[in-house]
Amino acid sequence: MGTINVNGKELEVDEEGYLANINDWEPAVAEVMAKEDGLELTDEHWDIINFLRDYYEEYQIAPAVRVLTKAVGKKLGKDKGNSKYLYGLFPYGPGKQACRYAGLPKPTGCV
Amino acid sequence: MADLYTVNKSPFEKNSLEDAIRFSTEGAAILLIEDGVYGAMAGTAVSDLVANTTGRKFYALRPDLKARGIAEDRLIDGVELVDYAGFVDLVAECDKVQAWL
Amino acid sequence: MSDVKKFMYLNRRAPYGTIYAWESLEVVLIGAAFDQEVSLMFVDDGVFQLVKGSDTSELDMKNFTPTYRTLGDYGVRHMYVDKASLEARGLTQDDLVEVAWEDWETEEEVDNIVEIVDSEQIAKLLAESDVVFSF
Repeated sequence: MGTINVNGKELEVDEEGYLANINDWEPAVAEVMAKEDGLELTDEHWDIINFLRDYYEEYQIAPAVRVLTKAVGKKLGKDKGNSKYLYGLFPYGPGKQACRYAGLPKPTGCV
Repeated sequence: MADLYTVNKSPFEKNSLEDAIRFSTEGAAILLIEDGVYGAMAGTAVSDLVANTTGRKFYALRPDLKARGIAEDRLIDGVELVDYAGFVDLVAECDKVQAWL
Repeated sequence: MSDVKKFMYLNRRAPYGTIYAWESLEVVLIGAAFDQEVSLMFVDDGVFQLVKGSDTSELDMKNFTPTYRTLGDYGVRHMYVDKASLEARGLTQDDLVEVAWEDWETEEEVDNIVEIVDSEQIAKLLAESDVVFSF
């Protein structure tokens, strides 16, 4: 277990960098994690992060990439519901990287 | 006071509740916890176990009922709900605890 | 011969008291990546897995009841509930979660794939499955 510093608070993360406690999340968490990855978060990133948080709130799991892709297509438009678009935003993998920024656990079945 | 009998298995799957009642003495407190709380539901095939037993006081652990989505208005009349603090009180008041697993 | 096999997950344990229900759900979520025809069957105390209104906040345990509602998105096409088991527990369909399903290509929709079936139908469904996973 390590920690990340967000607005002066030390938040616990697991060995892969996911927040240990989902309730520790605030938007600044995503900003700090993205900065460490050398990534600037845009509105398009936030659409996905917010989508993931809504999904988790409703179903209590992080969606598999396949489900995320389909659901994003349905909610945000077909042009965004494909892995090319999502990998463009999150090069380390939309499931893993975006879930980490969103403060969610690693998706079930994610490889 | 008599003993406290705890039952943590579903009465649909095991006869722990039936046995706990059968081998309990007059005035006993019988506390349903974990999957045992299903025994507190009214209108089921096993409701009579609790509903028709006299001389025993039945309790059910509220957090376990909530986790299973069982609303209080679905319980057999006379079953008293307790929280963890109430559980501790029962343990303290009774002579000893018998766990029926 | 089609390569698509009929997978049936047979659930007979109550949720939260033991790990079986969550284990089964996790296998369904992971297995969904393999494009098989997946159905779930709920029998005996397994019907309690679908009872809505769960609140595990005082248990320090994950509340996975809402997770069943996304199974349609994971390609689960049928969730069958044994009528006799439901009735023995004083439950009706109104007590159970609803699970929507949609074919993303054809946009065919089903509002609720949770279906109550009798013993005879269950016997037939199990017999017709290629693989039955028991939990």
